[in-house]
Amino acid sequence: MENKKNIQLIAYKTIVRKEVLRFSRIWKQTLIPPIITNVLYFIIFGNLIGERIGQIEEYNYTDFIFPGLLLMSVITHSYTNTVSSLYISKYHRYIEELLVSPIQNYTILAGFITGGVIRGLSVGIVVILAAQFFVSFTVHSILLMLIIIVLSSTLFAMCGFLNGLFANDWDDINVIPTFIMTPLTYLGGIFFSVSMLPGIWQDIALINPILYLINALRFSMLGITDVSILFSFFIILLFNLILVSFCLYFLNAGKGLRT
Amino acid sequence: MDSSALIINNLTKTYSNGHKALHGINLEIPHGDFFALLGPNGAGKSTTIGIITSLIKKTSGDINIYGIDIDKNFVKAKTFIGLVPQEINFNTFEPINEIIINQAGYYGVPREVAVPEAKQLLKKLNLWDKKDQFSRKLSGGMQRRLMIARALIHKPKLLILDEPTAGADVEVRRLMWDYLKQLNDDGTTIILTTHYLEEAENLCKNIAIIDDGKILENSSMRSFLSKLKNEKFILYTENKIPKDLNLNGHNFNLIDDNTLEVSISTESNINSLIQDLSKKDIRVKSLKNKTGRLEELFMRLVDKNGK
Repeated sequence: MENKKNIQLIAYKTIVRKEVLRFSRIWKQTLIPPIITNVLYFIIFGNLIGERIGQIEEYNYTDFIFPGLLLMSVITHSYTNTVSSLYISKYHRYIEELLVSPIQNYTILAGFITGGVIRGLSVGIVVILAAQFFVSFTVHSILLMLIIIVLSSTLFAMCGFLNGLFANDWDDINVIPTFIMTPLTYLGGIFFSVSMLPGIWQDIALINPILYLINALRFSMLGITDVSILFSFFIILLFNLILVSFCLYFLNAGKGLRT
Repeated sequence: MDSSALIINNLTKTYSNGHKALHGINLEIPHGDFFALLGPNGAGKSTTIGIITSLIKKTSGDINIYGIDIDKNFVKAKTFIGLVPQEINFNTFEPINEIIINQAGYYGVPREVAVPEAKQLLKKLNLWDKKDQFSRKLSGGMQRRLMIARALIHKPKLLILDEPTAGADVEVRRLMWDYLKQLNDDGTTIILTTHYLEEAENLCKNIAIIDDGKILENSSMRSFLSKLKNEKFILYTENKIPKDLNLNGHNFNLIDDNTLEVSISTESNINSLIQDLSKKDIRVKSLKNKTGRLEELFMRLVDKNGK
């Protein structure tokens, strides 16, 4: 039998492999829809409406909204991957395969998050490829862009994991996307700059954590932002830390998994 | 080698709704045992198994597996256990070969080791030709065998089977019995819960009967069965049994012209009865035990506890 450290490493690789195979097998449901959705955004918001809006800072409207659209696709799919995978495994009870084995809770969490991040990155790549036909793809800092995408992806993979732990039926897995993610993403500055908002709304917009993710990614790609990049980084890291603590706390408490 | 496969001390479980499922049970199962944990529905069998395998959180008590306290070295202790749960719990969209190899991975068995092991195991359980099929396409008996293969891929020293033959037909049940006997002969300690008491009587060396969260009996199968004072036998005769039959000291009941139900003390032997019948020119063609001995004792014990 392998030593303890190796057990966790092999178990981690097994979960990741299983997660990646899971969403790859159903690529028509996981990788094609974000291409179609984003192409529609580029055509309708970018080309048709965008031409009337004109430029924001020195970028045309399609280029301006692209970082936000990219981020929205990445975080939605990272979230969906973990919530659906965890909830389905609870529903069909094959989560017990993991629970009876010598896997530590942090390994289970790391495996699911990595699966979610890989799906988020895969979606990000296909969206970038589709965008080549509609936007002038620019990158201000590739390293920063990668870091922001990965950290945003981990953050929402953890949201999905938490939602999966708490979900008791199929309706519950849509709680976070419907009531939190979608409104905050749309109000987080995908389609507008905060400076375009009137008075008090600018201050209200700054409460939205997704605004910092979008602006950080927009800065890494276009070099423009409405908020401080350092502060955005702080917010992203802070939320990642909070979420990882919550996930481990509830996993250790056996929430939704152990009676 | 530790001589005890499993030691349970003062194990209690109270669920969040206030239901007390276990009232401080104690058990010790030696290495190499084939152990039956029996009890009616809701007695606490599955709760006990759930706690040993960490699917259920205990309220208090200690569990020691092959000398390892499960609270102190969770990882090491769990590498010793293999579980065949009561209900089918596969990912139905995963090929069966992948189910087995992934399970090995969860126990730290590297893929390159797990692949040939899975092949060997699936061949042994007659599932190899189905290796690329999704588990949902397998028959009930095949799914039961797949559960056993999954539980054995990391070569556990302690195999726990929670009603493994529930719903399986006679042929599958007998195939599984043979396989489990072989496993036990090869040194795997087995804990079995079942509602088929004939199964436990045939397979197990030691027994515990649990009811209402308490252990009512914990002994060897032989000493438990010896508690039975009388056994009922059905005798089938070649020729007609006279209505005025008199059998010295035996209580009997004439079922039909050629069938006799006789109650015999476990301290006497059946030869005297057969000789007695033979003297009366009644030839016995065949006989069978009417009720399972274990079933009778089990019912008595559980009924008494209920009262």
